[in-house]
Amino acid sequence: MAAMFSQNPLMNGPNYSINDAPRVNAPEGAREHRFDPYTDNGGSTLAIAGAKFAILAGDTRLTSGYSINSRHHPKLFKIGGTTADQKDATIVLSVVGFAADGEALKERLDTICKMYRYRHGKPMSVKACAQRLSTILYQKRFFPYYAHAILGGLDEEGQGAVYSYDPVGSYEREQCRAGGAAASLIMPFLDNQVNFKNQYIPNSGEGHALQERERRPLARDEVEVLVKDAFDGAVERHIEVGDGLQMMIITQDGIEEILLPLKKD
Amino acid sequence: MSSPFSINGGACVAMVGKDCVAIACDLRLGLQALTVSNNFPKVFQYGDNVFLGLTGLATDVSTVSDLFRYKVNMYRLREERHIAPRTFANLVSSSLYERRFGPYFVSPVVAGLDPTTGAPFICGFDSIGCIDFAKDFIVSGTATEQLFGMCESLWEPDLGPDALFETISQSLLNAVDRDALSGWGAHVYIIEKDKVTKRLLKGRQD
Amino acid sequence: MPGFDFSNYNRNAALHARGVPLPKATSTGTTIVGCIYEGGVVIAADTRATSGPIVADKNCEKLHYIASNIWCAGAGTAADTEFTTALISSQLELHALSTGRKARVVTCMTMLKQHLFRYQGHIGAYLVVAGVDPTGTHLFTVHAHGSTDKLPYVTMGSGSLAAMSVFETQWKASLTRDEAVKLCADAIEAGIWNDLGSGSNVDVAVITADKTTLMRNYIKPNERTQKLRSYAFPKGTTAVLNEKIIRKADLGNFVSVHELTEENDDKMEVDT
Repeated sequence: MAAMFSQNPLMNGPNYSINDAPRVNAPEGAREHRFDPYTDNGGSTLAIAGAKFAILAGDTRLTSGYSINSRHHPKLFKIGGTTADQKDATIVLSVVGFAADGEALKERLDTICKMYRYRHGKPMSVKACAQRLSTILYQKRFFPYYAHAILGGLDEEGQGAVYSYDPVGSYEREQCRAGGAAASLIMPFLDNQVNFKNQYIPNSGEGHALQERERRPLARDEVEVLVKDAFDGAVERHIEVGDGLQMMIITQDGIEEILLPLKKD
Repeated sequence: MSSPFSINGGACVAMVGKDCVAIACDLRLGLQALTVSNNFPKVFQYGDNVFLGLTGLATDVSTVSDLFRYKVNMYRLREERHIAPRTFANLVSSSLYERRFGPYFVSPVVAGLDPTTGAPFICGFDSIGCIDFAKDFIVSGTATEQLFGMCESLWEPDLGPDALFETISQSLLNAVDRDALSGWGAHVYIIEKDKVTKRLLKGRQD
Repeated sequence: MPGFDFSNYNRNAALHARGVPLPKATSTGTTIVGCIYEGGVVIAADTRATSGPIVADKNCEKLHYIASNIWCAGAGTAADTEFTTALISSQLELHALSTGRKARVVTCMTMLKQHLFRYQGHIGAYLVVAGVDPTGTHLFTVHAHGSTDKLPYVTMGSGSLAAMSVFETQWKASLTRDEAVKLCADAIEAGIWNDLGSGSNVDVAVITADKTTLMRNYIKPNERTQKLRSYAFPKGTTAVLNEKIIRKADLGNFVSVHELTEENDDKMEVDT
C-alpha cells in the first residue's frame, strides 16, 4: 500500500525507456537490463458517424506518469491530401496510446494514401484506406504500434463512416467508438445517447413487452453537443484527459476543424 | 490470479436527488468469466432509510453485510434508537480501518436520509475505510469507470424521485453493459421521506 | 489505543503470495504546502483524491484538525492521513487535559513520528504539521517512515516539486500574512495545474497565536462548465419488471411502531 503514495510518482510509472532498476528477487549484485520501448501518453478519442457526416474528436493533453508533457498535442490527423497542409484531405485518423507510435502510424498511412493518389490519379476511398491501415498494423504483429486508431470519413454513398482498430489491425466499421484512457467512461454514454441503448418508449407495454426506443440518425449539432458533454465528463473524472478538445467534422464540403477549451487541472 | 475485487464482479451506485436518494446494484455473481448466479443483490437495508451497498469479493460482501447487521442491532439495543446514515458511515469507516493490514475486499456505499432533517446523505469508502463524501453520486465495483462516465454526464441537481429513478437506472444499466463482470439485472431503491420504492430492472442477461 | 485487527492478515498474505495484487486504496496524489510568516503559519492543500488515474473525490478535505492551534495537511494513503491525525488529535487533547497546558506542536510532531516509525512506513501518511503554541510558531513535515524536518517553507505530495518551484522563486524572509497566504495558494495552484495527481480547489488555513482561520475552497479555479443540454429521461424510459413500495405508514402491519408521546424534556440530544 505504501507504493500507492509516490513522492516521486515517476518511479512507479512506466516512464523510463531503459529500465535498469535492480530486480527484487535477483541474486546479490545481479542487475536486469531491459529495454521498455513503450510509454502510455494518456488522452482519449471519440468518433461518431452521422447521416451525411462523421465527427472525430480527441483531447490535446500529452502525459507521462503524473506530468503533462504538452497541452496542445493533436491526436487527430488529416490523411491523404495532395499537399503537406492537407487542405483537400477527405479522411481523418485519430490515434491514442503511445504518441510516438501514433505519429509514425499517421506518417505511414499518409504517405501510402499520397502514393495511391499519385499512382491512380484519384483519392483513396475510406473503405480502401481502412483495409490498408489494418494491413499496416498487422505487419507489425510482433512489435505492434502501441496505439488505438480510429479512422473516419465518408463512404461511397456519402454516409459517415467510422472504423476502429485494435493495436494489431483487427478492425470493424461502427456507428460510434471511444478510444484511449477514458474510453470506458465515454463508451457507455455513447451507447445510451447515440444508439439509445436501454431506452424504451414510455407506456408502450408492460415489463418484457415494452418497446425499445427507435434509433434515428442524429443531426450534426446534436452530435457536437454530445461530444463536448462526453469529454467534459471524462475530464472531471480522468486525470489524463483535459486541456483542449480538437474536433474534426468531415462533410461533403471538406473537413472542418474546431478547437474548444477543456479544464486544465 | 486476478484481484480479489474483480473475481466475483458487481456494481453499485448511489445518487442524490431533491429530498430523496437512490441506491442501485446489479445482480450478478460470477467466478471470473463464469456467471454463477443472477440473483445476488448487493444493497442491504439497516434501518428505515439507511442503506449499504457492497461490491467486491462476494465472501466478504456476505461477511461484512452480516457484520454490520450485528453491529447495527447492537447499536439499536444499546442506544434505543435507529442508527442515522452519517453515524453508520462512521461505523463503517472505523470498522474497515480496524483491519488496515488485513482488509475486507469490499468497496462500500452508504445512502440514506438524515432522520432529523430529512436531508439526503450518500458516501463511499475504499477498502480501508477512507470516506468519500459526495453531494452528487458515489459509484463502486468492477464497472466503476463506466459508472463515473455515465453519472458525470447524466446526473444533474434537484432530480425528483421519478427522474432520479430514470437517471440512476440508465446510468447503471448502460455502465454494466460495458463491463463483462457486472449486469444480469438490477435492483434500484428510491428512498423518500415517507416511503421506499424497490424496483427490479430489466437488463441484458449476458 | 485498541490497535489493529490482523485476523484477515494471514488469509490476505496467502492470497498475495499466490499473485493477488494488494487492494487499491484511495490515495491523495496531492500537493500540500506550509509557510511561516511573521506572526503565524499558513498551510494549504488541493482537494483532489485519486484511485489510480480516476478522480475518486473532487473536493476532499486534506487539512485536518489536531487541536485549535495545530492543524495538519495530509498526503499519501487517504485513510491513513485521516485516522492518524484523528488518533493523535485525540491523544493530544487528553495530554493537554492531564497536563493542564496547551498542546505544543513539537509534542504533536513527536507523537506522529513515533506512531509512524512504529509501523515502519506501512501507514502511508505524509504530513505537514503546523501550529502556534506558547513556545512560538512551528512548521514540520513528517514522513511515513517517521523522519521529520523543520523548515520555514515546506511542500509534500506528488505536486511537491511544482509547489517548491514557486517557493524557491518567490519566498522571502519576513512575509506578511497576506503575502504568505498568496504564496501558499500560488504553490498549490502550481500543483493543481502541473501535477496530474492534484487538482480542483485550494484550501488554506492560517494559524496565529489567538486564532485559526480555515478557508475551505479559498480559490475555486476549476468549476465544472455548464452542460450543453439536460440528460433527464422521460418517466417510463427504463423497463421495470417488478415494483415494491414500502410506506412508513404501512410499516405498522409488520412491526409495532410507537411514536413517543411524552414531552421532549427528558429526551436525549442526539445526532445534531
